[in-house]
Amino acid sequence: MKKLMLGNEAAARGLYEAGVRFVSSYPGTPSTEITENTAQYKEIYSEWAPNEKVALEAALGAAVGGGRSFCGMKHVGLNVAADPLFVTAYTGISAGMVIGVADDPGMHSSQNEQDSRHYAKAAKLPMLEPANSAECRDYAKAAFELSERFDTPVIYRLTTRVSHSRSAVELGEREEIPVRPYAKDASKHVMMPANAKRRHYDVEAHLGALAEYAENCPFNTVEENGTALGIITAGNCWNYSKEAYGKTASYLKLGMLNPLPRKMILDFASKHEMIIVVEELDPVIEEHCRALGINVIGKQDGVLPMCGEYSEELLREKLLGDERAFCELADPIPPRPPVLCPGCPHRGVFYTLSKLRLNVSGDIGCYTLGAVAPLSAIDTVYCMGASISSLHGACKVRGEEDKWVSVIGDSTFMHSGLTGLVNVVYNGGNTTTIILDNSITGMTGHQDNPLTGKTLMGEKAPNLCLEDICSSLGVPREHIRAVDPQDLKELETAIKEEVAAACPSVIICRRPCALLKTAVRKPALTVDSSKCVGCRSCMKIGCPCISMDNKKARIDASICVGCGLCEQMCRVSAIG
Amino acid sequence: MKNMNIMIVGVGGQGSLLASKILGKAAMDKGFDVKVSEVHGMSQRGGSVVTYVRYGEEVYSPVICRGDCDVIISFELLEAARWLPNLKPGGVIITSLQKINPMPVITGAAVYPENIVGNIKGLGVDIRAYDTESIAREVGNPKTSNVALIGLAQTALGIDNETLRAAVAACVPQKALDVNLAAYDAGVKLAGAV
Repeated sequence: MKKLMLGNEAAARGLYEAGVRFVSSYPGTPSTEITENTAQYKEIYSEWAPNEKVALEAALGAAVGGGRSFCGMKHVGLNVAADPLFVTAYTGISAGMVIGVADDPGMHSSQNEQDSRHYAKAAKLPMLEPANSAECRDYAKAAFELSERFDTPVIYRLTTRVSHSRSAVELGEREEIPVRPYAKDASKHVMMPANAKRRHYDVEAHLGALAEYAENCPFNTVEENGTALGIITAGNCWNYSKEAYGKTASYLKLGMLNPLPRKMILDFASKHEMIIVVEELDPVIEEHCRALGINVIGKQDGVLPMCGEYSEELLREKLLGDERAFCELADPIPPRPPVLCPGCPHRGVFYTLSKLRLNVSGDIGCYTLGAVAPLSAIDTVYCMGASISSLHGACKVRGEEDKWVSVIGDSTFMHSGLTGLVNVVYNGGNTTTIILDNSITGMTGHQDNPLTGKTLMGEKAPNLCLEDICSSLGVPREHIRAVDPQDLKELETAIKEEVAAACPSVIICRRPCALLKTAVRKPALTVDSSKCVGCRSCMKIGCPCISMDNKKARIDASICVGCGLCEQMCRVSAIG
Repeated sequence: MKNMNIMIVGVGGQGSLLASKILGKAAMDKGFDVKVSEVHGMSQRGGSVVTYVRYGEEVYSPVICRGDCDVIISFELLEAARWLPNLKPGGVIITSLQKINPMPVITGAAVYPENIVGNIKGLGVDIRAYDTESIAREVGNPKTSNVALIGLAQTALGIDNETLRAAVAACVPQKALDVNLAAYDAGVKLAGAV
């Protein structure tokens, strides 16, 4: 049976068919739907781990324990998981293990444009990269055979356009693979120097074998169309190349990105007068070709860009000088950046922080949008958990000169905020941490986390209590308080008092995400235009429902959820 | 048939994912090679959202370039204007008349362009604009504007009514089946009547 499937959905199908028993992941765009889909198969145990390092270690344990396993994450998640990643090449596995990582060229929903292919090389692990949904399924299955054949985890790399495109997939049956018997082998699994030294030789030996394999593997394929031009490409760039060049070029499509073949590339290059390397992000294939002495057209000669997402249009323009005609309006088109949703519980927090002129150390999630005008409340956003830890450093050098707070979401706090808060307490910091507890992992589309009381597979989980966690980390009980962020007065008082406190403090802003089914929706509010004086106070909260119409505020009833924040802003009681 | 390139554009939260799923399924049921490219993550939070649907004999890229789109289905007027450069000569825009102010317009940093439909027509472009909110209200569910637009676009898509209607039925939540089919039918009828 053929089905139109999202790349991530097809990857999950491949994992199912490969007999995978265990999946542990942390959500991150564009990788999230792989794990959401494995959870739909009752044969696969699937879970959200608190972070990617935990997920990868759990998957390693499952594989060494004898069951085929998978962990999924976005590219920056692999940074968090890098420590166990590197050691897995040394220990090897028992049953197959695949590490899924999704890169985000063009940064549709990310803080950087890093290229995970470097990890495969650095960690000495094989890497596969599919180009469409059918390959997502096929490669996921094949990755386990590769993993078990060479006793190594395999990195399975996707990019946004492959993860989030739908195309046809032929469905197969699941292969039931029994759990392998466990045999203790400390020389392989206890990575202390004496053992690791021996294992390094094994790593180099199987990398050599993998390099041989890459020369003739089913993932690397050649399509010959004459001798004038050869294109070496991989993943979605193969799709763009095919659209731009059709039958006017030959293609070497690489599905195995580490190790890259040598003889195969040399042979392909020798048969064509000109070679172009088409790859998004860093010039990984290009540098490999140049090291082999092949003179290629690519990024390093400035023809193709280092930054951003590629497209058929970009290839036509940069390589073929072909620009299509198009029309556009003379009027400038205002941009439409993403905004905090109507009724979002974060809005009042950022309004208040902005009003109090506090500096804000921000973090990763929907609430990063607190940086956008008119709230403009955030000073810094780096990576998961950095709000707390980087603020600690800033306050140590600046002392009391500035008034700062850190702001972090519930899921992000559990991911990597805990250790930052321990550092604040341990090293005598006195920063204020605001935890935005909206009862869900919001940005990636509502995944449960250790604070929501529910698991990915819908089971009830212990309700971890943020107040107890912060208290046990050493924050004084009397400086841990929970507030409803919709109550602007209470919120402002709490922030003023805790910022003034001479010890670490935590304010938990507790209200569910407005998009949750359980969130309270009230009738839309209206503006009494006879009372409205056009002061624009209600506009300061940056709500997409409110606009000015003929010098009077107007609320769009079709999207207002009646949260009441604007009502608190109005000085003349015109909103109700 | 040559490849068809369709873009579904709108504002995050308007239901473009469902519309592209319907169209992708219908094209697949007709036996075409299909690629649908979606947007997930941050842009969905009220930002400009574009979904690409391509089908035909053989489709590789999931993305549609400037000057290459046959039909733009737009849930919001400003988004129709934003993606106009992607339309190919002779292409058609089928748009809702709904206007949603983006934040820069709300804050006064930018102006929502006036007379978008007239100005696009002035460029010689085939643009058909409909009050889809009224259609959706009349069938009884304001959230069915997206499905009504699929009905309004049917004749431009190269997919017969029966196949497209069946895809609507297969993709919408079953508890809202009747109201969605009513919205689709109302769209088809209105497009035929104009």
